[in-house]
Amino acid sequence: MKIPRLTDTTLRDGDHAVSHSYTPEQVRAIVKDLDEAGVPVIEVSHGSGLNGSTIQQGFSIHSEYDLIKVAVETAKQAKIASLFVPGIGTSKELREAAELGISVLRIAVHCTEADVTEQYFRLAKELGLETVGFLMMSHTQPASVLVEQAKLMESYGADCVYVVDSAGALVQSGVRERVSALKEALSIQVGFHAHNNLGLAIGNTITALEAGADQIDGTLRGLGAGAGNAPTEVLVAVLNKMNIETGINLAILMDAAEEKVAPLMQSPIVIDRGNLSSGYAGVYNSFLLHVKHAAEKFGVGVSEIMEELGKRQTVAGQEDWILDVAVELAEKKGITV
Amino acid sequence: MTKVKAAILGSGNIGTDLMYKILKNDGNMELALVAGIDPNSEGLARAKAKGIAVSHHGIDAILEDPEIKIVFDATSAKAHKLNAQALREQGKLAVDMTPAAVGPFVVPTVNLHDHLEAMNVNLISCGGQATTPLVHAVNRVVPVHYAEVIATAASVSIGPGTRQNVDEFVRTTANAVQQIGGATIARAIPVFNPAQPPINMTNSVYAVMKEEFDEAAVIESVQSIAAEISSYVPGYRLKGTPFVDYRETPWGRLPTVVIMNEVIGAGDFFPTYAGNLDIMTASAYRVGDVYAAHYLSAKEVTQ
Repeated sequence: MKIPRLTDTTLRDGDHAVSHSYTPEQVRAIVKDLDEAGVPVIEVSHGSGLNGSTIQQGFSIHSEYDLIKVAVETAKQAKIASLFVPGIGTSKELREAAELGISVLRIAVHCTEADVTEQYFRLAKELGLETVGFLMMSHTQPASVLVEQAKLMESYGADCVYVVDSAGALVQSGVRERVSALKEALSIQVGFHAHNNLGLAIGNTITALEAGADQIDGTLRGLGAGAGNAPTEVLVAVLNKMNIETGINLAILMDAAEEKVAPLMQSPIVIDRGNLSSGYAGVYNSFLLHVKHAAEKFGVGVSEIMEELGKRQTVAGQEDWILDVAVELAEKKGITV
Repeated sequence: MTKVKAAILGSGNIGTDLMYKILKNDGNMELALVAGIDPNSEGLARAKAKGIAVSHHGIDAILEDPEIKIVFDATSAKAHKLNAQALREQGKLAVDMTPAAVGPFVVPTVNLHDHLEAMNVNLISCGGQATTPLVHAVNRVVPVHYAEVIATAASVSIGPGTRQNVDEFVRTTANAVQQIGGATIARAIPVFNPAQPPINMTNSVYAVMKEEFDEAAVIESVQSIAAEISSYVPGYRLKGTPFVDYRETPWGRLPTVVIMNEVIGAGDFFPTYAGNLDIMTASAYRVGDVYAAHYLSAKEVTQ
């Protein structure tokens, strides 16, 4: 099997799990270890992408530009990447991140909306960035639709397109089908980004590799939105056991996960009722903390909110519907706030 | 009753929906012409079927008729920038439905009467028409420090113009949340949802205040402006009662008014879920109708 390129996104996906509270010192320490361990790409930005610091997504305590700057300064070999969601970010933030020295831009949209990314792929290429297309909520569409959308991104200049299991709702057959279809249809690289709601983050990532994926994602200790991601250190350990030589130093990653990342966790990331019901209903993972907030405010259950959000086919960026659902559920139960 | 002659420039979907709105309402305008550039367009065929004069010579056909006093521009930002000057020179009011923003932003419930002499007014964006009056309604009770609006529409109702230029939507709408809404700082975020069956347009407004305020007065102000909007956008309504939530912000833990809204279209030409398009054509109709009334009364005075 080929050696995949690993992107660690502790400092992006994990930003959701720490409620956007990363400090420049924390970023410096984590980037230093990932870089020394030999992780080739490190993603740093607000969890919802550049310019994501909003009420809807959660305000960042520290400017993400300061965090990106520290990451770029600290990394000796690793490329620094940022996530970009059209509409949350605009060309202005894209240019600023490029000026700060990021090398990779990962452009994320709901997996049916690739045509909104054209202006940003073109700009990113103009600015000399490597580009990755992120097809979020890939579980909602069959392989044929993902292929169509990925081809649009390829035509705009993407260097790679990811199947992104934002809700942690895919099982292995679903991953295999989608990744192989993209591999077959595209001449660029294909990636896979997992979430652990069904306990399949590592298994699905390995399945993606078997299906031909060129790039995969992990986060130290699995620190990511909702149920978290495939833990980077576990991925490397598994790849070692499979005799896939990534050249990444497992010992450094284990220490970083234990000593630098675990202490940042607000609570251990486990597949509790909230995370399981979220993955089961196919709801975007970064909704979790917002759902908990709304459940408490309106006196309704986390699982019932998740179930309704799944039924309404919500997509990334629709945190406001959590409130709408909570209000309606509360009204139905005759709860007044 | 005397009516003012109006023309629609652009025979696409927006122009067509607006045509049906003008025809079904017995207001102050008479639809004199629908002008496009494609002789085979469905919009022109539909206008012809309704007995309306049509032309495929675009703006030239409109400029030929000095009686036309109101022109709805439903083309593109690029085209409107080219058309604006000629329309102004001929003393025709341009109701700009593109993102060109040559003239001032107008929202019928907030500032239409300030710009009746402007001769070129811009309708911002669908999200702008739906949310800026809500921010304004809060701001007239207590100053809004920061407003964030989320405009969510069905994917199938979002045309290629918006898709190819999301930056433009974001910038224009956020500017209007400041200018029309009165917020000191503003963000606007569009969301396209592909759910089947398609969702109705929904909007959320978060308004952050730096001071204590009379919650009941804010709610009353928001409810009253929503009722006013629904007089010209019948499918416009609040979802639930606006409420206050305390949020961590860059300015501290502050009271935030959360307003949720839904816009169901009238179904004149667009399907009813496309409230985002309906609010544009309904607002354009309102602007044209109020301007026409103003024009007629001014004429009476001078005669």
